[in-house]
Amino acid sequence: MATTTLTIQNEQGFHVRPAQLFVEKAGQYEATIRVTNASGDQADGKSMLELMTLGLAKGAQITLEAEGADADEALSELTQLIESGFGEG
Amino acid sequence: MPAAEYRIRGIGVSPGIRIGRALVYGALAEREAEPSLGATSPGAGAGAGGAVSTGGGPSVAIGSAPAAGSGASATGGGASATGNRAAATDGGVPVAGDRAAATDGGAPSAGSGPVATDGGAAPDSPAAGAGTAPGAASDASRESELALLQQARSRSEAELLALAERTRATLGEEQAGILSGQAKFLADPAFYPPMEKKIREEGISAREAVQAIVTHTAGRFEALNNPYMQERAADIRDLGQRLLSHLSEDGGGVRLTDIREEVILVAHDLAPSDTVQLDKRYILAFVTRAGGKTSHTSLLARSLGIAAVVGAGEAVGDIADGDQLIVDGDEGVIIVQPDAATLAAYRQRQAAAEHEARELEAYLGQPAVSRDGVAVELAANIGTVQEAEAAAELQAEGIGLYRTEFLFMEAKQLPSEEEQTTAYRAVAERMAGKPVIIRTLDIGGDKALPYLQLPREDNPFLGYRAIRIGLDRQELLLTQLRAILRASAYGQLKIMFPMISGLSEWRQARALYEQARTELESEGVAIAAPGELEVGIMIEIPSAALQADRLAREVDFFSIGTNDLVQYTLAVDRMNEHVAYLYDYFHPAVLQLIRRVIEAAHREGKWAGMCGGMAGDPLAAPLLLGLGLDEWSMDAGAIVRIKRALSSLDSGACRQLADELLALDTPEEVRAALLRHQAEAQ
Repeated sequence: MATTTLTIQNEQGFHVRPAQLFVEKAGQYEATIRVTNASGDQADGKSMLELMTLGLAKGAQITLEAEGADADEALSELTQLIESGFGEG
Repeated sequence: MPAAEYRIRGIGVSPGIRIGRALVYGALAEREAEPSLGATSPGAGAGAGGAVSTGGGPSVAIGSAPAAGSGASATGGGASATGNRAAATDGGVPVAGDRAAATDGGAPSAGSGPVATDGGAAPDSPAAGAGTAPGAASDASRESELALLQQARSRSEAELLALAERTRATLGEEQAGILSGQAKFLADPAFYPPMEKKIREEGISAREAVQAIVTHTAGRFEALNNPYMQERAADIRDLGQRLLSHLSEDGGGVRLTDIREEVILVAHDLAPSDTVQLDKRYILAFVTRAGGKTSHTSLLARSLGIAAVVGAGEAVGDIADGDQLIVDGDEGVIIVQPDAATLAAYRQRQAAAEHEARELEAYLGQPAVSRDGVAVELAANIGTVQEAEAAAELQAEGIGLYRTEFLFMEAKQLPSEEEQTTAYRAVAERMAGKPVIIRTLDIGGDKALPYLQLPREDNPFLGYRAIRIGLDRQELLLTQLRAILRASAYGQLKIMFPMISGLSEWRQARALYEQARTELESEGVAIAAPGELEVGIMIEIPSAALQADRLAREVDFFSIGTNDLVQYTLAVDRMNEHVAYLYDYFHPAVLQLIRRVIEAAHREGKWAGMCGGMAGDPLAAPLLLGLGLDEWSMDAGAIVRIKRALSSLDSGACRQLADELLALDTPEEVRAALLRHQAEAQ
């Protein structure tokens, strides 16, 4: 299992569009993706609804976990997506 | 026993008085299925009594306590609100609602067991209606429920995508996005699969599974301390309602498009997909538990001319199908089961309003001139292209204030230059060459933008807002100015900066405007020539009013924003009920600032307008005419009233009156003098 800790960069946190981009990317991998917020709530990385209801705003700390054959690749791609602020600058 | 009348207070967002029967729509009814709500709500008794008097048929209690199960006698006393709702349904509610299903066969379903669960809806479900108790479902019935759910899902998805397509053409990308977003939620692993799981594991009906997951998911959004996310709960409920509507052959859920009799819609909230379907021939008015003044639903109601009261709170849950209602959109009041005297009083008010409307109609085609032929420009305040539509119909001579923050508040993220250009262009084209003053982003204060995450402030109205944000985060303002300039090729646009406190801010803002212009010119984009596009400022801070003579040399125009000018001059928060009585635009100090601004503009050969509430007040008309105000911008509905007021005024007499009013001591004296003048003019 691959794990990493990240900070949400984009202004709006996990609103509809970022959640959608994340889910689309996560869906490209076999690996199970889990996102955990600072209070320990977990979301399925392939579910917009769960991601949105984690209440992640800019500056929030999250833990990203991936489990499965392509876990490492999934994790690095998703990390990049979050660190780029979902392309919003 | 006659029904006891009671009143519910809300926010009147679309004026008018309507009298009609309640139709409880969707999400509200779903909430009522929760046993605790119906049973504990104190108002239920009053509403219930009324419901019985309108109904004749047998009473069927849904999901109420077993004691309430004995038909008609239950309605006399302690029956739950839900039980009576069913009785009311018998009384001739026009459309089969969720509740109406309970009348099928009049089965005394109250006796059925699953009262304590949220299975109040069990008898509604076609499958469960056969008498199958939840938990005892056979494999065959599970499979059929799963198939029903699957069918509802694919129909809902097709419907949403088609609706999104149509909405894209009529209301734009923004609204369409909300609908296609709902289609995405439908495919979410945390939405649909748990419904299937519930049916498989708990043997409940498809309808119950939808209700359970929708309630759960919407609840999670509502629990977040974030208005944007809380609004997504309405999307989830909307989606749930759509699924439910496909779960029964006989229209288990009310479909707005199926309503063919006059009703007053009562709902938890109306989602954008509901609102676009409202047919004003049948929907006399609507009342919602949630919602606010600036929501899209409210704005749309105003442009559709449907009276509406929103944000009326929990008490809305006590209104039953078929209850007689008076909706007073002027005052923001709902009267449930009005007694004869109240009804008579409101019918009289309604008749008077209709009479006045007919009288005002005569002024629709007339120019806005005083009795002695002095013409002024009457323009409209808008926030959306739909409102521009309504403004054009009401013969606004232009748009005096286009509040762009609405575009930003409805968006999920910062609208791009492209999206902004499209919106501004649509308004410019709709107004067909008439002037449109676009105010740059005025957020902060009481208007938040979730995705900008502005800091919480102790003193927001004296803090980081409007032009202060635009000059700090210049990329925001620059993008907006570029978008306005690009749209300027399609109509007569003007730019107005809000909250300017002095010359430095104005000069910085103008420099950004020049930068945007230079950029676009070098990119070869077609924009209006410098002489064709006026750039002005709002005067809403006393310091700007006091420096109006300096500012007038540099700006093309002023527009006086009385709402903030009064608040800042008198140091009164009009939302604060303890001091709101001090808020008065007839205060002589405010009048002196207004005169100063108009005179300063005229000395420099510029024009002065007003886009605050004062401009639409007929009582203020003689004063403003006397002060020489050039452009008056107001809610489009007020234009015809101001035309009528102007037609009886003499500009010379008004000039003299204005001098007299400015010499008075108190707002009370000014008001009294204006009332005397008004009485004499008639």
